[in-house]
Amino acid sequence: MAESLLSVQSLVKRFGAVQASNKFSLEVADGELHALIGPNGAGKTTVLNQLCGELIPDNGRIFFENRQITRMPVYQRARLGLSRSYQITSVFAHLTVGENFSLAIQAHEGHSFRFWKRAADDPVIRRGVVPAMARVGLEKRANTQAANLSHGEKRQLEVGMALAGHPKLLLLDEPYAGMGPGGTVELTQLIQRLKTEVTILLVEHDMEAVFRLADRITVLVYGQAIASGTPDEISTNPAVREAYLGDEVVERRVNGCSK
Amino acid sequence: MNRKTLSITLGAGLFIALPVVAVMAGEPYLVTLFSRILIYALAAVSLDLMLGFGGMVSLGHAAFFGIGAYVVCILSFHGCEGTPILTWPFQLGGHQSGLVLWPAAVLLSGTAAAVIGALSLRTSGMHFIMITLAFSQMLYYFFVSLEAYGGDDGISLFSRNTFAGVDLTNDMQFYYLCLAALAAFLFFSYRLVHSRFGMVIRGCKENERRMKSLGFPTFRYRLVCFVIAGAGAGLAGALIANQTEYVSPGLMHWTRSGEILVMVLLGGMGTLFGPVLGATALLLMEEFLSIYTEHWMVYLGPFLILVVLFAKRGIYGLLAGENSNHG
Repeated sequence: MAESLLSVQSLVKRFGAVQASNKFSLEVADGELHALIGPNGAGKTTVLNQLCGELIPDNGRIFFENRQITRMPVYQRARLGLSRSYQITSVFAHLTVGENFSLAIQAHEGHSFRFWKRAADDPVIRRGVVPAMARVGLEKRANTQAANLSHGEKRQLEVGMALAGHPKLLLLDEPYAGMGPGGTVELTQLIQRLKTEVTILLVEHDMEAVFRLADRITVLVYGQAIASGTPDEISTNPAVREAYLGDEVVERRVNGCSK
Repeated sequence: MNRKTLSITLGAGLFIALPVVAVMAGEPYLVTLFSRILIYALAAVSLDLMLGFGGMVSLGHAAFFGIGAYVVCILSFHGCEGTPILTWPFQLGGHQSGLVLWPAAVLLSGTAAAVIGALSLRTSGMHFIMITLAFSQMLYYFFVSLEAYGGDDGISLFSRNTFAGVDLTNDMQFYYLCLAALAAFLFFSYRLVHSRFGMVIRGCKENERRMKSLGFPTFRYRLVCFVIAGAGAGLAGALIANQTEYVSPGLMHWTRSGEILVMVLLGGMGTLFGPVLGATALLLMEEFLSIYTEHWMVYLGPFLILVVLFAKRGIYGLLAGENSNHG
């Protein structure tokens, strides 16, 4: 196995009586696309929030490039190259697509205590914006207000902004959320392309997508990682089958893979 | 020339021509009134930097306005008397020149903003509103109980400051100095909101969570914005002390903060010229409606409701068009 880019060691997070993360451990190797799946309420988003720093775990440790980041603030993790996208689109709705990307680039190009010069004329930012937009196919929408984009385009923007700072690890929180069949194909193509450029931790509901894209899968149930392995290993794992019993999509998917 | 540039040019022209017209029309008191309007406009623009662009709703902005005014009055009081303000740890005397007093006012109100901001910005939403309100009321009562400088009754300025050859006792010259100060601050704000820093501030207003996850230490940027706004209000305070030649704690009462907030809302939050229009509208209404009734606020209320309901970007939005960009 390649060296771990991200190493999570027995993470514990409680919300009152609810054990949202229960000694959760995870290894994400450099260069892989690792998927985190689990039934509703398994604590996937809680894990993600602890990885990006919006939540601080009660116990356990997180290492990124062998550096402990368990209690590091969100922005510092982002600067180290740990970037996330949100399940519920979280862009700057009143700014244009171009301005959204400028901000994402600006975050990684020195400090922003510059009060006089127009940000739009800053060559460092300008240079980065067009390629960043092109990466997710939004270059023709540069001057559109983000609020006026279609749902699919907003999802592209969402992922594109997370990518703009050239992260080492991309945390994708349910990128397929609320998407129609049309946009799904494009998004899958996009993620397939990204796979070659950046390590990805994908949290996703859409089993079709997960089994098609992932190199390795970790299954989360009641805040605990019950299995971790290749898609084939996961689909034949009895514990996973049990956890997903009754979920038709997975049944079909799991059966399909095991044949 | 589009509607926006037309309105701005027209507005600027009116402000420049006003004193001449007022004198010709035999109504010189208008110069005094409009000096006051310009000063409040400056305070309102400074509030809008943090409110309209930075998304920080403060109900304590008048505190910095008041600090600026008190700094000028206290320092020039000692300047006139020739007595020291401090004898320990170092000797500090007063002064008369605006060139010294006004930067001092800006510096001290900025420092106060740094302290108050550093504490207040740890909260958000309703808590932020309440904590800024609490701080400004604390300062209000501090100056009420400061007997050495008039306490509740306030303190008079012996005479207006001197300022690099400008005769501030001449209302006309004072008016143009206020206009220059406002224009300079507007230009500074214009550069600011389009700069890298301005982009960060606007991003924080829209979505602070995302700003953090993009890699911005948002607290620092918001604090600096708070300090800039406080310093701007301090400059306005220094001017108002010279305009009225009198300062009282009432200047930093929370209702004053509310008044400045109303100016911003009325004129158009998140626009640079909106607060100027708002200050103009509010103070003109106060001036002329109060001739007919002391309950002029009765008319202000419905007017404010209409503007907030039907004009998305306040009066500025009505004049310059809904879709015109800020700035």
